[in-house]
Formats: sequence, structure tokens, C-alpha cells
Amino acid sequence: MSSDWEVVIGLEIHVQLSTRSKIFSGSSTAFGAAPNTQASAVDLGLPGVLPAVNEAVFPKAVAFGLAIGATIGQRSCFDRKNYFYPDLPKGYQITQMDEPIVLGGSVDISLRDGSSKTIRVTRAHLEEDAGKSLHEDFHGMTGIDLNRAGTPLLEIVSEPDMRSAEEAVAYARTIHQLVTYLSVSDGNMAEGSLRCDANVSLRKQGEQEYGTRTETKNVNSFRFLEQAIRHEISRQKEILESGGRVAQETRLYDPVRDETRPMRSKETATDYRYFPEPDLLPVIIDEAFINRVREAMPELPTEKKQRYTEKWQLPEADAALISSDLGLATYFEACVASCDDPILSANWVRGELLGSLNRDDLAIEDSPLSAEALGQTILRIKDGTISGKIAKTVFTALWEGKAASADEYIEAEGLVQVSDTGELEPIIDKIIADNPKQVEQYRNGKTKLLGFFVGQVMKETGGKANPQQVNELVRGKLG
Amino acid sequence: MSEAITERTLTEQLRDLSSGEYSSRDLTEAYLQRIEYSSGINAFITVSAEQAIKAADRADERRAAGETAPLLGAPIAHKDIFCEKGVRTSAGSKMLDNFISPYDATVVSKLRDAGAVSIGKTNMDEFAMGSSNEASFYGPVKNPWNTERVPGGSSGGSAAAVAASLCSAATGTDTGGSIRQPAAFCGITGLKPTYGRISRWGMIAYASSLDQAGPMARCAEDCALLLTHMAGPDQRDSTSSSEAIEDYSIALKSGISGMKIGICREFMEGLDSDVAAILDNCRTVLSDLGAEFREVSLPNSHLAIPAYYVIAPAECSANLSRYDGVRFGYRCEGPENLEDLYKRSRSESFGREVKNRIMVGAFALSAGYYDAYYRKAQQIRRLIKQDFEQVLGEVDMILGPTTPGPAFRLGEKVDDAKSMYLQDIYTISANLAGLPALSMPAGFTEAMPIGAQLIGNYFCEAKILKAAHQYQQVTDWHKKKPVVEKAS
Repeated sequence: MSSDWEVVIGLEIHVQLSTRSKIFSGSSTAFGAAPNTQASAVDLGLPGVLPAVNEAVFPKAVAFGLAIGATIGQRSCFDRKNYFYPDLPKGYQITQMDEPIVLGGSVDISLRDGSSKTIRVTRAHLEEDAGKSLHEDFHGMTGIDLNRAGTPLLEIVSEPDMRSAEEAVAYARTIHQLVTYLSVSDGNMAEGSLRCDANVSLRKQGEQEYGTRTETKNVNSFRFLEQAIRHEISRQKEILESGGRVAQETRLYDPVRDETRPMRSKETATDYRYFPEPDLLPVIIDEAFINRVREAMPELPTEKKQRYTEKWQLPEADAALISSDLGLATYFEACVASCDDPILSANWVRGELLGSLNRDDLAIEDSPLSAEALGQTILRIKDGTISGKIAKTVFTALWEGKAASADEYIEAEGLVQVSDTGELEPIIDKIIADNPKQVEQYRNGKTKLLGFFVGQVMKETGGKANPQQVNELVRGKLG
Repeated sequence: MSEAITERTLTEQLRDLSSGEYSSRDLTEAYLQRIEYSSGINAFITVSAEQAIKAADRADERRAAGETAPLLGAPIAHKDIFCEKGVRTSAGSKMLDNFISPYDATVVSKLRDAGAVSIGKTNMDEFAMGSSNEASFYGPVKNPWNTERVPGGSSGGSAAAVAASLCSAATGTDTGGSIRQPAAFCGITGLKPTYGRISRWGMIAYASSLDQAGPMARCAEDCALLLTHMAGPDQRDSTSSSEAIEDYSIALKSGISGMKIGICREFMEGLDSDVAAILDNCRTVLSDLGAEFREVSLPNSHLAIPAYYVIAPAECSANLSRYDGVRFGYRCEGPENLEDLYKRSRSESFGREVKNRIMVGAFALSAGYYDAYYRKAQQIRRLIKQDFEQVLGEVDMILGPTTPGPAFRLGEKVDDAKSMYLQDIYTISANLAGLPALSMPAGFTEAMPIGAQLIGNYFCEAKILKAAHQYQQVTDWHKKKPVVEKAS
């Protein structure tokens, strides 16, 4: 990337709210039902039907607004956005134009080089999702599935504050983290619960005015978002460097070909003819409501991270990793509660636990090993019952369901650590006697051989010897 | 009984039914015969004969079993803008000629729950856009008083059906005068309640912020009875009001002595002299009943029509977007592509007036014009509302004309949109302000009925119904009936 160009990126993120029913009808929002089985008269836009707002959307939107330090619109109004499309049954989308529920606010993003940056949020508004047009299996025709029509969305619009694909992805991840933390959304990107539109433009370094932007629509994975933006940057750069002009248009990212291509031109712009939705009254959100939402809000990731580093002395990286996912953080905190050792808990969660989850492709919620069982295993290391090495065996056994608890397994397999000097001394004496050559080398100054002796003892005891004690004993006898 | 059972008021019929003078089946069959006899009026789009007889029989069985319900066995006609489950609901449009509603409008289910028999669906201007009923896909309705004249619109079918004794009463909707103007032209009583008083669920939308359902009947007493069983909050309509409903029938009984009635200066200026004389008589009658009159002013009323013809088309341009040939309704033959499907389905099935208003509305909302038209119209709307609020702080209601004159001739104004729009000059401002208003028969000119309008304060339907009822106790304009000739 030539340093002549500055990249300017703004994102519009559509988050499906995790309400059981739709925003303006009682139909279910569950994903994956047979086409049009979750579409009522309201969703179909039949003559005479009216929307009635699902009040469950307001606490979710307000919680998001509070989490990003935004202003909550005291009066929240709905508007009609008019356009024709087969998957938009009424011919207009109910959205919020002039008086959105969330105004302003910002989020901090962390970048790979360890730096962080504040990205401003312009607004977030409530609206209804459209249905889906299905182009396969219809032999040149299009099928319409209206199950998704009316699913509540929070559209989160950022300021054009991002300067690279990396920043854009970090921002999208931060929003994803926030909305899942707050149970605003299930965040399931494969099912379309979070979709990004990326506005990308280039300008000469130091220039004040923005270049012409393109909008790449409906990107539903972080990886595709990064690829789409990178592709769009190089495409625009190529155009600009060859003296061309970027057309203001909507583009679609094709992950198979790794390219964006035009969808529709915004120059012949559709005029959406917004006007206030006469079927819905303005919603008044008072201080008492906002306070109730605030009180019910969970601790946010940044707050958790701070607590982990300051109160529990966790390394920055561990704190960031664990706090990034609510499930992981919840597990970690339960583990700490049961063993009272945040550092060891963090080591085990980050190491064995995450490793095993990744290997077996499991979500934290599906871990076969409970946080309490891990905590008990850690407790046995702390009280000297088992070594860290044996603890890994215990972990594996518990993971594989071979025992119900660490204690049960330690007992059954006789894994209690040998710390009895009387039991260890004869073993050490025998090893010293069996290895005269090494004893001589050690005594001649090759003290690195201490490890060899310790290793032999551990082998002889099946790993059960307390390694620290063996060390001391061997050193004493050889000294 | 000297008069035919079909000509009695709803209230009288319910009394007759309960005393066993005749059955609901007798009454329903009598109406079905009259509908057939008077088919030249073209008041109905759909006559639900079979369904109505079944419902009448059920009502009779219930009555025989000692059950009772406020409207048990009364044959009511619904304007074809109200969705009725299993029945074609066309809104007077070719677009919905094939639309069988899978659900009931709240008005339909409430009246059925109160015991009413649904006898059929009445003709109307397409999507309620019109003041003469000439804009119906099913042909114009004829005024029962003179079949060369229009019945008014858009609830012209309902008004003609009540006037010609084709049903006990009917439902209508009023967006700019669509209950009151045809009520006036046909010599019946029609009430547009306060915006939000009756649920709009299942009522096909024309202009959502103005549309309001209401009763159309022979007299205020019948309207009061119907309103009691149409009104009320509805979770499915967010704009419906939770304001307490009264038993409007009981509220009618007390006198109107001391009631303050305003005469609006702006409504009287330049008023047709026949209409003015009729209003003057009306005023005298109400004065004799103890009402006190004073002159009031609504200085912004001259802006009502232009504001209305921006707001209503704007809302309709969005409300009618769902008629796209995709999921229901008319679809053009062999569409070449999506745009062709949209264009031809809509242009082949919407009538001229509907297209006009969609175009005007889309223009008023378009980028660069929104502030000059839509926003400005909303400002005017607020001014008109403020005018009324001030006046209705001083008086209980306003008496004025419903229409500039009697029903005009069929075809007379079809090509003169402005003159047609001016028909609503006295009715529109109550819609813009959201106030309840009623039209009652008050006299005749050119052998055609003339209506007087009473506009009341928010949720004060009881007061205007009471004034109309007391007026109807000492006058008989509402008892006059047209002679309808047999359809050839």
C-alpha cells in the first residue's frame, strides 16, 4: 500500500436482536424454519394489518447505548423508508430516521501492535429486517421467504474513523463482543445475526475532504470483512492511481472470487422518501426506564479486563483474552471462585482448557469439564497433592469423562504425590548407586546433570514424587 | 306495524326481535330481497346471502335459548374496506378483486361478537379515495333519492344501503369526510369518532393518520348503539385510544339545555343560501331545546384542503406500495421481469384517482420537496388543531354544514378534481384535528337531503350524539325515506 493514500472506513453493522418474537408482530424469530412458516398477516403485509411494537427491543437498544456512552433518545420515533423489493412486503421498511434511540457514543478498539483507538458511533436505530430472496431451485424465478421479515435489527452506524481493514475488523469484533455480552444479540454470524456494510474511500494523505466512497453490503464474517475491505482498497487505489474516478455505488463482496462487484449505482440514487410512520406512536423512554436497564446490565468486557489486571494481577494478554468472551470469562470466574487462585486459573483456562476446546471444536458452554472441577484440580496442585504434570493427566481424564471429580480420579489411580522423605530416599540412593559415571561428572562440576537424576526419580515413582523435594534431596546427597 | 320491518330503525328492530315481532331470519331475508330489488343502486360489492341467513338462524336460536346480545340478529353491512374472514375484501379496487381476507377486522369481529349479522360488503370509491363513489372498480353507486345523482363517497355504498333500507345499519370509514358527506347526501346519520376511538386493525389503510371507522345509520340513537360496540382499545392498533368508552345509548337521554354551540364564521361565509337557510332552521330547533349559540372562528380552516391533499396522498403513496402483484391481489399476465411485474400489475389494476394520489404523495415526500410540502402541511395541521382546541375550550361543539350543497349529478365533477376535492371543505378539518364529527339530516333542497354537521371535542362523541338525538326527537328529516324503483 503506497503511503500516499489514506484509507477512510465507516461501518454500518446490522445486529439482529435476540427477542423471541418479531419487532412488529408476534411471529417467532427462530432461525432455520421451513420458508414462510414464521410469517403472519403482519409480516406478509396483508391489506389492513398494522404494526405493534415489541417492547422487548427497547431495553436491548438502551443497554447497547449505555454501554457505548451514548445519549438515549428520550423520544424515539419510527419512520417509513420507501422502496420496492419482493422481500420487503409492505414496500416500505419501518426504521428510525430523525429520532433514533441511540445517539453518539464510542468504543475503544485494541490493535495487534498493542495500541488502542477510539471509534465514534454516530447513531444506532431500531428497524425491521427484510425477508430473503431465494434464487436457487426456482428455474429462473425467485422464491421469497418472509420468515426473516420483521426480525428486529439495531443498525449501528460508525463515524468514518477507521483507517485500515485491521481497524475495521477490530471495531466489528468489539461491537460483536458488546452485543453478545449484553445479550442484545446471539451474535451468530453464520445465521446472519450480525452483518456489516463497509463504506470505504481513499484520499491523499493530509487532505481534508473525503474521497468518493463505495458501500460493500452484507458481509457476514470478520474474515470476509477484512478481505472485502482490502480488496476494495486496492481496487480504488488502482483506479485513482491511473487517474480514474471512483464511482459512488453499492458493491457486493464475493468471497469465492475474493472480489467486490457493483450492486446498484447510488448516483441514480433511490429516493427513500422517509416520513414518520403514522401507525406507531413515538416511544417515550424516561430516566426511570434507563436506570432499570442500567442496573440490570452485566459488567462490560473493558471493566472485566481492568478488574482482572488490577485486582487479580493477571497479565494484560490473559486478561484481554479471557474477558473478550462472556462465556469464557464466566467460566474463569467460577474457576477462581472454587480455587481462589486467579493466576493458576488463568493459566489453565488459557492453556489446557482453550486448547482442548479448540481441538474438539467445542464452545465454552459445552465444555465437558466444569469450572468447579477445574478449580478442584487446581486446588490439589496448590495443596501439594499432585504435581502440575499429574494435574494434566487428571484434566485429560476429566475431559474424557473417566471420572466425576479430580479427587476421585487421584484416589482411584493412586496419583497422590510422594513427599515422604523416608519413601524417596531409598529410591534416590539406588539411582546414585546405579549411575556412578554421572555422579562423578556432576561432582566435577557438570551440575546440569541434576535434572538427569531428578528425571530418573520421577520415572521411578511414576511422576508422583514431589519434584521440588526430589531436587533438594538429590542435591543434598550429591553435594 | 304500518311501515315495513326493513324501514324501522336498528333500535326499534332490536326491540321487535326481542319481543318476537319477527325473527332475525325474517329481517335478513327481507333485506336480501330488497337488496335484489334495489340492485340498480349498486350499493353492494358482495352480498353474503348464505352466510347472513346462517348467522340470522343462529341468532334466532340463541334468542330462543334465552341468550341475549346487544345487536343480536341485526343485519349490518360493512364497507368493503373492512377485512372479513373468508369474504372478498376489495376496497373497491380491481387490485383486490380476488382477495379473500384470511382474517377479521376488529370492527367486524366486535360487531359480530355483539350479535350482528354481516349481510354483505358495500361499494366504495377505490381505496376510499373519492367523494362521489364514481371511483369504484365495481361501478358507481346511485343515490337512492335520485339515481342520476351520486351518493357521495367514499362510503357511498353504506350510505345508499342505509337510505334505501337494505340493511339495519352500516359501517363506514372517514378520512376527509367519507362517512359524513355520503350520510348528508343520502339523508342518514353518520358519525366519524375521535381518531383512535375505534381500532383500525383490518381496515384497509388509505391515510393512516386520518382514517377512522364509524357507524352510519338512520338516526343518532342507532349510531350511539353501534359506536358502543365498535369502540375501544386494541393491542393490534397502537394508535387506538385507551380512553374509557361510554355507553353512548345511555348518554343520549339527557337534555341539551345550556349546551354551548359555536357557529364557525369561516364556514358560513359564501355558503349556498339554501344550505344556510337549512342550518338556520337547525340552529333555531337546537336553541328551542336550550342550546346557547355563539360565533366562533377557525382562522386556518381555509388551509385544510391543501394540507389534506398533501398528507393523505403522502401516506397513501406508502400504504399502497404493498399492492405489488407479488403476494396477493392482481398480477399482470406474463411479466417479463420484476420491474415489469410491478409496473403492469399496478398500472393495470389501480384506477385514475388512486394513481393521481400516489403520484402526488410520492412527489410531496421526495427529496428536495419534503420541507415545502409534507412538513409544511404538518405545520398547517398543527395550526388547525390549535384553532379547534381554542374554540372547543369555549363551546361544547360547532354546528356547520356537512357539504357545500346537495348531491351532485353523476359525471358532473369526474373531470374536475379540484371541484370534487372542494366537496370536503367542511369535513376535512375534523380529520386533520382528529376530532369527532357527525352529520345528521337537516332539510332538503332540490328534493335532495342536506346534512348538518356537529364537531365535538376529543372523545366527546356522547355530546354530539346527544345533541343530534335531541334534535331528532323534535324533527323528522331523518325519517324521510326515498322511493327506490325496482332494478330493471
